[in-house]
Amino acid sequence: MTDDAVTANPWLRLRSFTDARIGLGRAGISIPTQPLLQFQLAHAKARDAVHTPLNVDSLLPLLQSLQPGRQVLQLHSQASDRALYLQRPDYGRLLDESSADRLNDSRVTKKPELAIVIADGLSALAIEENVVPFLRRLLPLLTDGDDPWQLAPLCVVEQGRVAVGDHVGELLQADCVLMLIGERPGLSSPDSTGLYLTWKPRRGLTDASRNCISNIRPAGLSYSDACRRTLYLLNEARRLKLSGVQLKDRSDDHSTAVAAEQRNFLVSD
Amino acid sequence: MNSASPFQFRHTVGSHTFGFRDLKELMAKATPARSGDRLAGVAAESAEERVVAQMTLAEVPLQQFLQDLLVPYESDEITRLIIDEHDKTAFAPIAHLTVGGFRDWLLSDLATPAILTQIRAGVTPEMAAAVSKLMRNQDLILVAKKCEVTTAFRNTIGLPGHLSTRLQPNHPTDDLTGIAASILDGLLYANGDAVIGINPATDNVAQTCRLLHMMSDVIEHYQIPTQSCVLTHVTNTIEAIDQGAPVDLVFQSIGGTQATNDSFGFNLATLAEAQAAALSLQRGSVGNNVMYFETGQGSALSANAHHGVDQQTCEARAYAVARKFSPLLVNTVVGFIGPEYLYDGKEITRAGLEDHFCGKLLGLPMGCDVCYTNHADADQNDMDNLLTLLGVAGCTFVMGIPGSDDIMLNYQTTSFHDALYARRVLGLKPAPEFGLWLQQMEIFRNSDRFVLNQQVPDAFNQPLQRLLGA
Repeated sequence: MTDDAVTANPWLRLRSFTDARIGLGRAGISIPTQPLLQFQLAHAKARDAVHTPLNVDSLLPLLQSLQPGRQVLQLHSQASDRALYLQRPDYGRLLDESSADRLNDSRVTKKPELAIVIADGLSALAIEENVVPFLRRLLPLLTDGDDPWQLAPLCVVEQGRVAVGDHVGELLQADCVLMLIGERPGLSSPDSTGLYLTWKPRRGLTDASRNCISNIRPAGLSYSDACRRTLYLLNEARRLKLSGVQLKDRSDDHSTAVAAEQRNFLVSD
Repeated sequence: MNSASPFQFRHTVGSHTFGFRDLKELMAKATPARSGDRLAGVAAESAEERVVAQMTLAEVPLQQFLQDLLVPYESDEITRLIIDEHDKTAFAPIAHLTVGGFRDWLLSDLATPAILTQIRAGVTPEMAAAVSKLMRNQDLILVAKKCEVTTAFRNTIGLPGHLSTRLQPNHPTDDLTGIAASILDGLLYANGDAVIGINPATDNVAQTCRLLHMMSDVIEHYQIPTQSCVLTHVTNTIEAIDQGAPVDLVFQSIGGTQATNDSFGFNLATLAEAQAAALSLQRGSVGNNVMYFETGQGSALSANAHHGVDQQTCEARAYAVARKFSPLLVNTVVGFIGPEYLYDGKEITRAGLEDHFCGKLLGLPMGCDVCYTNHADADQNDMDNLLTLLGVAGCTFVMGIPGSDDIMLNYQTTSFHDALYARRVLGLKPAPEFGLWLQQMEIFRNSDRFVLNQQVPDAFNQPLQRLLGA
């Protein structure tokens, strides 16, 4: 049955080649009701991902189960709530006083090599969905390899920005920090997790000192691929004793040739 | 403090005297409220202080902006550009005015489109920013509409009664089939006369060349009177030109202080080199505007390069950089930067109108990426409002993207459908050469009423059938 008010676009079938919202059809020249509501739902999910608080109470036992017998530290940034977090990125980059005290108290004589820090960032959903399954794969690779990493206790920071990991790492006197954080949600990716690595973390560093692996989620970069790239960066950072722009991620070099295969179907060959 | 007053400006309201240390502080405190100025610690501390700052600013002579420099001449090449190239003859008709008097003059019937064109080179970014701080949204719209700026490359952009669109077919892995699908969608929705412009996911010279060839092939095959651009770093584009890539427009993100542009990795000499390289290719058919710049309030603060100057004034200073290089297009990407700079729909709307006004007053082909991120307090209704307001104000171009969703940059901007909405409600035509092409290709069934063809035009049906089967 056809609906005269809506003109469908036969190139809708090109959606198999892209996630872009092409071929939506039109009512007059406007977006028809169905794609309009699909868009609104996606935006609502992304908004909820930004504003729903991280459920720390349910996350902590799950993290504890990954490393039985070891403690997990619950920390908070200087941004007391979400509204302040969104307007004052500087507050989100530093731990509040009681969190800093707790880290100082927990410091042990042997300095850890690696601190893994988890923060809500802009999507608690991303953390709740991805961090436990990702770490379940990563942790054994870190501790059971030929050259195992000495790990600090896992840390969870509420209302945290990327740089708060450096503050944690500095206080724990760790050689390296690995930050897992909820990324700014896209319309079709409310659950995207970012991973940042800093060698010799300390307050005041910028993105130039970090390496990033983005879009870790089931529909994006898979956990196994993310683990492979994380191990590559960690081992390179340890070997070269640096991170950031001087540490190039070449773990993907072999796969770039694939891209050249695609065709521009608009122009006949 | 010693005996000298710490305040260059004072203003008494009733029994309370407000003081402002210098012109920079006065400008910042006179700025309509926004989160970026609060983050920088330069915003007014109360609503009353803001209005008193505006009253004080209204009494400052325009002349003062030529002596009282907000960013030091010695250490900033953009300040030197602004001062050294200031045109005293063009300034003469407004030289006697205060900032408040300038607002009245701009709104008056003395300021005709022809006169506004004449004084352009006499207006500095700081003067434009200052007067905008006293203006209501309708003032920003009314005066911008009187400023006529036309540019050209393969078509003519910015004629009165026209609105162009950048077709933005971004893809998270630069997949050519995916990009081609979005280009097809955009063209069949009559978008793409400002430029077909891709933000590459992989930002290097090889990828830039690959995407440039792809778009050039499409433009040549369908004889589209438009231009292409890969939004990569200016130095990548210079290298692509050296390698023989078909570069129409050179792109660069620009800011309003030298330190901002240092952080972006270029300076004025880099832009001059790039412009000369693009001009040498002689790829334009009806004009030679070969530069495409993007800006946005907050970039200077984000680079920690704002010198204590408010973000809107820093933004206006970026337009001095832009107009030095006669761009085809300048795009303020207003809502992309996030809520720490523009918190919600109200602040984004105000900033979009300010940027468009300041750009037009300074003589730029000003477009706007009417957009927001998911952590800003904004939605599609805010975008509808700003798009409509900018359409009324005579905005040069807006973005067009499938269903408002940029799947590469993860933000929302105006859709192909949105542009057609603005055309219909405001009667705004595409660039004339492109409009003719839409008619010839049978994309528009009726150009005057912006009615699309019910069928897929023949020229585009063939590649679709090739790919999908009959």
